[in-house]
Amino acid sequence: MRRALLAILFFLALVAIWMAIVRAEIWSPVLLPSPRSVLDYLINSARDGTLLSASIVTLRRLLIGYFIGLLIGLPLGLLTASLTFVEDTIGVMALGLQTLPSVCWVPLALLWFGQTEGAMLFVVIMGTVWSVVIATDTGVRTIPPIFARAARTMGSGPFHRWIHVILPASLPYLISGMKQGWAFAWRSLMAAEIYVTILTGFGLGHLLHYGRELNAMDQVIGIMLVIVVIGLLADKILFSPWERFLHRRWGTGRV
Amino acid sequence: MSLQEELKGPPPAKLIVDHVSKWFRQKRQTIHALDDVSFEVAEGEFIVIVGPSGCGKSTLLDIIAGLEHPDKGQVLADNQPVTNPGRHRLVMFQESALFPWLNAFGNVMFGLRLKPGLRNSERREVAKFFLHLVGLEKFMEANVHELSGGMKQRVALARALAPNPRVLLMDEPFAALDAMTREQLYGDIQKIWEKRRKTIIFVTHNVREAACLADRVMVMSPTPGRIREVFEVKLPRPRNFNSIEIAQHAAKLTTVLKGYAKIEAPA
Repeated sequence: MRRALLAILFFLALVAIWMAIVRAEIWSPVLLPSPRSVLDYLINSARDGTLLSASIVTLRRLLIGYFIGLLIGLPLGLLTASLTFVEDTIGVMALGLQTLPSVCWVPLALLWFGQTEGAMLFVVIMGTVWSVVIATDTGVRTIPPIFARAARTMGSGPFHRWIHVILPASLPYLISGMKQGWAFAWRSLMAAEIYVTILTGFGLGHLLHYGRELNAMDQVIGIMLVIVVIGLLADKILFSPWERFLHRRWGTGRV
Repeated sequence: MSLQEELKGPPPAKLIVDHVSKWFRQKRQTIHALDDVSFEVAEGEFIVIVGPSGCGKSTLLDIIAGLEHPDKGQVLADNQPVTNPGRHRLVMFQESALFPWLNAFGNVMFGLRLKPGLRNSERREVAKFFLHLVGLEKFMEANVHELSGGMKQRVALARALAPNPRVLLMDEPFAALDAMTREQLYGDIQKIWEKRRKTIIFVTHNVREAACLADRVMVMSPTPGRIREVFEVKLPRPRNFNSIEIAQHAAKLTTVLKGYAKIEAPA
């Protein structure tokens, strides 16, 4: 309760500072809108449905791309950690491509897929896969070998060992890898939506883009807030239960 | 198989280690880990292998478990050559090899789930039975990190006993525990061994531990790992770790070990 109160106070203080700066009229309201006008924009766009439909479009792209990225990244990471051949090929490639900012995929995606959903998906997947591969690889490599040995003596075969020992033992790393993958997926999708206009759906990135074109700073900041809130919620809904389980079982999480 | 039969367990196995040699090839050098090691273990016998660190005793245990392959010779369990790990020869490891993603009960169930011919309800009964046997029935739901060192090794013992192996291989299982906990476990392991007769091979560098637990003690010396001498300990059980007889046997073992250390010491 006390923690929640503190958090609320903190954010109220932030808004208060923001209001104070607006009142001081250091910058023109075109550049720095008041919290009130941002709130008005959010209420209006929520009423006329643009906010909801844009959020749904964006989230659908994000979730589909993210889960495809996980489906490719997790097994690839297991492979790079277990086979030298894959480590020397895919592993090196993953390491290299992970350092590539995901915006860099946008021109390529546009030329290959045109202004389609496919281009969006491609950028999100490329943004997700490599960090998931690296995290999974690291996770598997940090497992104490004694776990696999103990499992072998109890009659666990190679496949059983992957499912019941390697995967759960690397869970702490997998979760942080999946979290990182999620963050990268978000970044990639926003980059793609800001740069690419496609007719199959207006996402949050497009609203952000048009906000800039129209000099509607209340829209820009409003959408940014929405993106932050969705990211926070996703973290709480997708990852927090796992992390709580991990901390309880492993006895970690508090110093 | 009925639950009663399952809880009674199969008879212990006979082991033959037959001219086993092992080399570890590294980039710079080749280490001769085991040199022509041969011995037999009778059904239900408690063997302790004692030697300084690096004498190859853990390697020998790994070979008997089937985790490593000998370069020469073979190990026979009930006249069948050992080629792979199998649930008739379970290992209790040095450090706690308990799985942190499972609770105490889940750890004991791990080996049982891999054992065919049991219903899941029966497996749960067996797991409870063995957690009770090691005195941890109140800690079934405990996470691994919540257990003390001694309790962890008790869970590890329950996990190794639960699938009813015929041979139990113990690789310095009490090395990391404090003296008080260890002495309690010496008593417990003797009691449990009386109730559930297994062929046990126990590896340690602690001579007193060897004298306290073994029917026969094998003394090993390093580079290359060889069995030098074999002692029978004919003392009544259960033995008290602090008794004078144990101390006398331990002193004798120490003298023998020191003798080989002198021979091997570089000039």
